[in-house]
Amino acid sequence: MRRWVSIFGWNKIVGLVVVAWCFALSGVAAQELSSFEKRVTQLTLKNGWTFILVERPVAPVFAFMTRVNVGSAQEISGQTGLAHMFEHMAFKGTPRLGTTNYTAEKEALKVLEDAYQAYQTEKLKPGSNPETVDRLHSIFKDRQKDASQYVVKNEFGDIIEREGGVALNAFTGADVTGYFYALPANKFELFAYLESERFLHPVFREFYEERDVVMEERRLRTESQPFGRLLEQFVSTAFMAHPYHHPVIGHASDIQSYTMTDAKSFFKSQYVPANMVTAIVGDITPEKVLPILEQYFGRIPAGPLPPPIRTVEPVSTTEKIVILKDPSQPLYLEGYHKPAVTHVDQPVYDALDDILTNGRTSRFYRSLVRDKQIAVSVGAYGAYPGDKYPHMWVAYAVPGRGVSNETVQQALREEFERLKTQDVSDDELARFRTRAKAGLIRALKNNLGLAMNLTDYHMLFGDWRELFRYIERFDRVTKADIRRVAQTMFQPTNRVVGMIETVPPTKVSVSPSSEEGPL
Amino acid sequence: MNVGTIRMESFIRSCLWLACVMGLALGSMTGPVQAQVEKVEELRYPPLPELVIPEPERVVLDNGMVVLLMEDHELPLVGVSALIRTGSRLEPQEKIGLASLMGTVLRSGGTTSRSGDELDEYLEGKAAMIETSIGATSGSASMSCLAEDFPEILKMFGEVLRFPAFAPEKLKIAKNQVMAGISRQNDDPGEIVSREFRKLIYGKASPYTWVPTYATVGSITKEDLARWHATYFHPNRIILGIAGDFKKDETITLLKKIFGDWPKGPQEKELQTFVQPKVPAGVFYVEKNDMTQAKIAMGHLGIRRDHPDYYAVVIVNQILSGSFGARLFSNIRSKQGLAYDVHGGVGLQWDHPGMATLSMSTKTDTTGRGIDALVTEARNMVAKPPTADEVAKAKASILNSFVFSVDSPTKVLGKYLTYEYFDYPSTWLKLFRQGIEQVTTAEVRRAAEHHLRPHEFAILIVGPREGTSTALARYDDIQELDIRIPDPPGEI
Repeated sequence: MRRWVSIFGWNKIVGLVVVAWCFALSGVAAQELSSFEKRVTQLTLKNGWTFILVERPVAPVFAFMTRVNVGSAQEISGQTGLAHMFEHMAFKGTPRLGTTNYTAEKEALKVLEDAYQAYQTEKLKPGSNPETVDRLHSIFKDRQKDASQYVVKNEFGDIIEREGGVALNAFTGADVTGYFYALPANKFELFAYLESERFLHPVFREFYEERDVVMEERRLRTESQPFGRLLEQFVSTAFMAHPYHHPVIGHASDIQSYTMTDAKSFFKSQYVPANMVTAIVGDITPEKVLPILEQYFGRIPAGPLPPPIRTVEPVSTTEKIVILKDPSQPLYLEGYHKPAVTHVDQPVYDALDDILTNGRTSRFYRSLVRDKQIAVSVGAYGAYPGDKYPHMWVAYAVPGRGVSNETVQQALREEFERLKTQDVSDDELARFRTRAKAGLIRALKNNLGLAMNLTDYHMLFGDWRELFRYIERFDRVTKADIRRVAQTMFQPTNRVVGMIETVPPTKVSVSPSSEEGPL
Repeated sequence: MNVGTIRMESFIRSCLWLACVMGLALGSMTGPVQAQVEKVEELRYPPLPELVIPEPERVVLDNGMVVLLMEDHELPLVGVSALIRTGSRLEPQEKIGLASLMGTVLRSGGTTSRSGDELDEYLEGKAAMIETSIGATSGSASMSCLAEDFPEILKMFGEVLRFPAFAPEKLKIAKNQVMAGISRQNDDPGEIVSREFRKLIYGKASPYTWVPTYATVGSITKEDLARWHATYFHPNRIILGIAGDFKKDETITLLKKIFGDWPKGPQEKELQTFVQPKVPAGVFYVEKNDMTQAKIAMGHLGIRRDHPDYYAVVIVNQILSGSFGARLFSNIRSKQGLAYDVHGGVGLQWDHPGMATLSMSTKTDTTGRGIDALVTEARNMVAKPPTADEVAKAKASILNSFVFSVDSPTKVLGKYLTYEYFDYPSTWLKLFRQGIEQVTTAEVRRAAEHHLRPHEFAILIVGPREGTSTALARYDDIQELDIRIPDPPGEI
């Protein structure tokens, strides 16, 4: 189940540890849920920005999440990674924050952008003159220095942290960009000021330096990690037409060539108030904070919603297999296309996922880890790379030492066949429902987690109440539903396989000076 | 968590998560509504109410088990967390991996009354969980459940601690997981850096650097696990914390019933002698060619938290790398665009010195610049010492965010458990706030000078030979580390 995301995806990550909480919790659950629903206030400003407020006065603190309905799926060719780049830029400040002299800086940034455009135009021109490119590049570097003299480093984030803010961060996915942090309760107005200023008039200072930072992020996560290398190949193979096929971080050439101008126009079209929702949870009083929200966020002009994505991934007609020959140990992925999260069968997919992968009693664990002892870890990611559009359910297995990918593949497929041909047990279905309710109750215990979930549901389903109500759909999932969905999904032509096959490293060096020891 | 599966699982899941979610990774309003302000300086904040830090109640059972209790009735849930006086640093060198395996199989192997599988089903049926693990300096056991099931799950928790079965088939699964981990230990560059750097700083002889090998894990038996249990699992070596929806008096009665007849074990405490290593200043290299970056780490030994300079060092760390505006982040990341991840600080541990470390990853072309940049920042902590303004900002940040360290009873209980375990005063939380308030700029400067000594740094570089060679050629006597994984005995 993807649904109750906790911070950094952790409740799913530790799924094996924090197995479940509430068997026969339905009474308690119902009570908690209706009491929580009553503590929620919604406000939609005239410009379209929606706020969801939850009073949870457990400690004098609050947390928020702003979710923008834009991700890498909204990018166009040549500008992949731009949604993520904007996320980095959202920490660079405003005309009033992060500068010693905005009037002069504004001019310097304009000159800098002209210099960059001149350099890039020449560089990308067929038959460009290398000397001209070099000269334009050095002009660009000089202009970069000019502009940087006005920068007050990271003043935006620094103020938040100085005032006691914690968990300050942001993320970008295929479907969404999120911004969040937590503050002591007496600093509500600071939040309103900073969060509205950030999206009222962001200044793209240090854009080209930050592009280098993002390039390092790509090297760190994608290029220098076996799993990162495999996943990038996997996702680009899985989606033929839909923009889900390009990596969230962006292609290296795009990261090294998108411009400040590109980022500005991306911001202008995507970051319109009607495309944004913020949930605030903690020690707040709605009647006191609503006017503050109106006052600060009401300043942001309304704009038209960006056009929807037109491309629909065509039905897959071929099985696809990606084999990465790599000096690392084997890894096995097997993904199947499935509909968007809003599809009527989503609760059935949730049940199927839970029964296969959740906890020590799950089918995957029992078969591959406990009984056959061929894998050391096995599970699935249900929303890859996003879930707003039709996407993939991806099973993974980490083979044990000396075990081949083929061996784990066979065991996984046996489990898929079983689901197609036999009903799941009553116990399995009951455990799924129990865990689902449990997960929801647990999500109520944490300000930031709750803010994350409320905005998630509001954005995907158009109503935050779905967070509390979605669970009712689980009671209607039948054994026949699970068989039907398994039969549709687990078909060879609907499948993408990805694996790492181990090859020796390119070079092995042995230093005579190093000591041989038992360690 | 030291459980192999879980570590692997969480690794894979985080990878999947990271692959589709790119982070930035850095790391009650009162009064009438004012007019909207133009500048942040114009904001005025109402005072935060005086913070009341809830304190757990401390009870010692006749057999020496220490219990900390903290009622919290927000939701009908109870959580238990126990610390056991043990740790992998007490392992014999020929059985490295024993403590971690014991920690895993203590739970997965079931008890004398219920098999591991039965326990899984029982707990999942009750919507509860019990997990155990052993780390370097302590063992831990935790449980959580619905308040209505608390008595019976606590009874099961007691069985897991007192009467483990260490079923051989579950030991085999756990060993498979550790073996797989060994075979994969050079796949992730980050794992190589943290393992090899630790060895440089603490020295190979130090148990803080030990990692299991096929040979040491292969030799571990069920009897080893049982012996470990008999040695370290006694009530007078356990501190048990309970937070949640329970009643104190009933719970103490219950605890006496479950643990009361568990006889006290031998009284003596292990000698936690820390052998001061000789850290070799110099440059060390690990060849790893499937990377487009070099990873750099440099440093020397850090300090313990009971060091007189502790509060000053906390401020040093904050200024160096504790926030967005901190020196490393601003100068190396934002200004130079050299790295996405750059961190640094003097490591602080409870009962042995931590490691002072500065680290980053940068494209191979800029390996030399990266090394220089980190050394420069370390030197600048003395050459351009922390200003009064930097110190004030660091203090404000720590003091203003203090409320988040005590914003739930579970968090507070966790802190008290730690203080109790490492023999720190129970007032440590309050002392911390006072200590930070009182520290002076002069003390911070002195601490930076004493605890960051660039001329003593060991520098480790992990990266492809091609690309980093220019940077490495600057050093005369670079030592190359051999990280090949020794074959299992009998396999060549």
